[in-house]
Amino acid sequence: MSRRGQALLAAGLVLALLYPLLVRAAGAAGLPLSPNYLINTGMLICFTAFLGQSWNVAGGFAGLTSFGHVVFFGTGAYAMAILQVSHGWNPWLAWPVAAVAGAGVGWLIGALAFRAGLKGSYFALITLAFAEVFRILANSVPFTRGGLGLLVKADPRPANLQFRDPIWFYYLALGLCVLALLIAWRLTRTRFGARLVAIRENEDAARALGIDVYAEKVKVLVLSGAMAGAGGAFYVQKYLYVDPWIAFGVDKSVEMLLVSMVGGAGTIAGPLIGAAALTAINEVTRMLASVVPALKNVQPLSLIVYGAMLILIVARLPHGLASLFGRRHDHPVIPSAARDLPRTTHRASGRGRSLAALGMTEGAAGDRPHDPGEAGRA
Amino acid sequence: MILGRRDVLEVRRLCKAFSGLKAVDDAALDVRAGEIVALIGPNGAGKTTLFACIAGFHKPDSGVVRLDGADITGRAPHRICAAGMVRTFQITQPFATISVRENIMVGAYARTSDRDAAAARAEAIARQVGMGAQLDRRGADLTVAGRKRLELARALATGPRLLLLDEVMAGLNPTEIGEIVEVIRAIRTGGVTILLIEHVMQAVTSLAERVYVLNQGRVIAEGTPAQVAADAGVVEAYLGHGAAARLGGAHA
Ligand SMILES: Nc1ncnc2c1ncn2[C@@H]1O[C@H](COP(=O)(O)OP(=O)(O)O)[C@@H](O)[C@H]1O
Ligand SMILES: [Mg+2]
Repeated sequence: MSRRGQALLAAGLVLALLYPLLVRAAGAAGLPLSPNYLINTGMLICFTAFLGQSWNVAGGFAGLTSFGHVVFFGTGAYAMAILQVSHGWNPWLAWPVAAVAGAGVGWLIGALAFRAGLKGSYFALITLAFAEVFRILANSVPFTRGGLGLLVKADPRPANLQFRDPIWFYYLALGLCVLALLIAWRLTRTRFGARLVAIRENEDAARALGIDVYAEKVKVLVLSGAMAGAGGAFYVQKYLYVDPWIAFGVDKSVEMLLVSMVGGAGTIAGPLIGAAALTAINEVTRMLASVVPALKNVQPLSLIVYGAMLILIVARLPHGLASLFGRRHDHPVIPSAARDLPRTTHRASGRGRSLAALGMTEGAAGDRPHDPGEAGRA
Repeated sequence: MILGRRDVLEVRRLCKAFSGLKAVDDAALDVRAGEIVALIGPNGAGKTTLFACIAGFHKPDSGVVRLDGADITGRAPHRICAAGMVRTFQITQPFATISVRENIMVGAYARTSDRDAAAARAEAIARQVGMGAQLDRRGADLTVAGRKRLELARALATGPRLLLLDEVMAGLNPTEIGEIVEVIRAIRTGGVTILLIEHVMQAVTSLAERVYVLNQGRVIAEGTPAQVAADAGVVEAYLGHGAAARLGGAHA
């Protein structure tokens, strides 16, 4: 990491660690906003960034765009809830198991989709289909208690991974967020990460250069699934409730995708920046709607602002907000366009080259056949 | 036949059809250790398809591909790469959004998992192919010549014993061709065996010891560049039926 990056990270981390204490001091000094509200908002940013990063390692780095990432989140959430409610597990033990469950679903979807050679929008749709199937299953199988959902008994003790003071959930979410940043940072520094980017950029070239594309894709989906599964478990501990829509609803998938895209897919800080931006929009629009009477009826005001922002970013900043900071190690996602384009153009010059091949004309070299692969990207 | 040199690559009775069209039809060829062998033929002859079959990108309908005596027919490309053979693409396939250094490092990672070692190797290879000054350029920002060199560099970075080059000179100007010919010669001197598809005959003549001519999927001639250029069947393959006879008077 660059020196500037290190300094930025250290400063950010110190600030994040002091944040709850600062807002409480500010609250005591008469800040009109409730400190606990601010701490919860900070927790939300960290948690959303963590989920966004889980999408980002697969979708941003490896180009495995998923529309149904919530399937991993929901699996982790249900694993956490079921193990506690139905089997009396301690949540600290259930948490890693929830991550493993998310990883397992990642492996399952990866093995099925990638063995079948599904890519791009087909892969995106298959993940969406899985999420929907899981939602329907969660609604109908007995051990999830269907639409009623699962309620975890409130018993706020640290040994129970439940806390009366929101500060502790804030610190937990901050820990997850830092862990996610470290994972993304590792991806920019390791062979595994380089291979993911290569696969995203050009699968054929990646295969030619010795990359087991199938294995690497499954691996990153397992990693991503583990992260989202751990996130789902965190959600259950924070809100002590899960139902099929919370666990597998499409809007959480959209949120994970959106924070990465808005912040900068395939970058280290993208999901964090995106999560901060989206959480801020959420909160500000909510406040506006409660203050400005005319906005009361424009209900999901935040969605309208999201939409507008997404359009703006796609049009103006295709690499996300992170590109405003111009970091060297970031790998913005550009769909690698032209692959095997029509061969007509280089065939047109075939005769000249054929003659040259027999040494019968000169200037074969001067004849510059048009390589369609080049033209497609120029 | 060069005695005492073992075959690195053996292709026998290889066939590949695309919905009835026989792109490669009973092709056979040998490449021996340390050789530079050229594969020529008119457009659509099946050269690229033959490469794709050899390197594991297409599963041949029938036939055998042996690398150092081991049957690798239909093996996945990454395993073939690990076994020491790597191909380049006629239509260049750079990793567009990452730098030249990072592009080449992807190849270097085939032999090491250490980032510093991969970076050092990438830089050395970039210099070897004349891209030392372009290490920080993005793949998408390269010229045609740059992309061709990058194809070569990435493949070379995987540490192959046998390199399959598909028209790495197409689209280059004479100066650039001269440079890349020297680069290829140096790669061979460094111990890498080379099979190349090429249209630029000056390059074929100056580089290759032996030439195979492919036409409509079949190997129609084999020999030194001079032998092949004098072959009536080859002339007809390029210029159409009767061309050899017409040219006979002027060139004999
Ligand atoms: N993936 C493919 N699907 C269908 N036909 C193909 C495919 N690849 C090549 N062909 C056809 O096979 C023949 C040989 O093509 P190719 O191997 O590219 O020739 P060359 O490299 O000698 O110019 C051509 O007729 C081409 O149109
Ligand atoms: Mg070709």
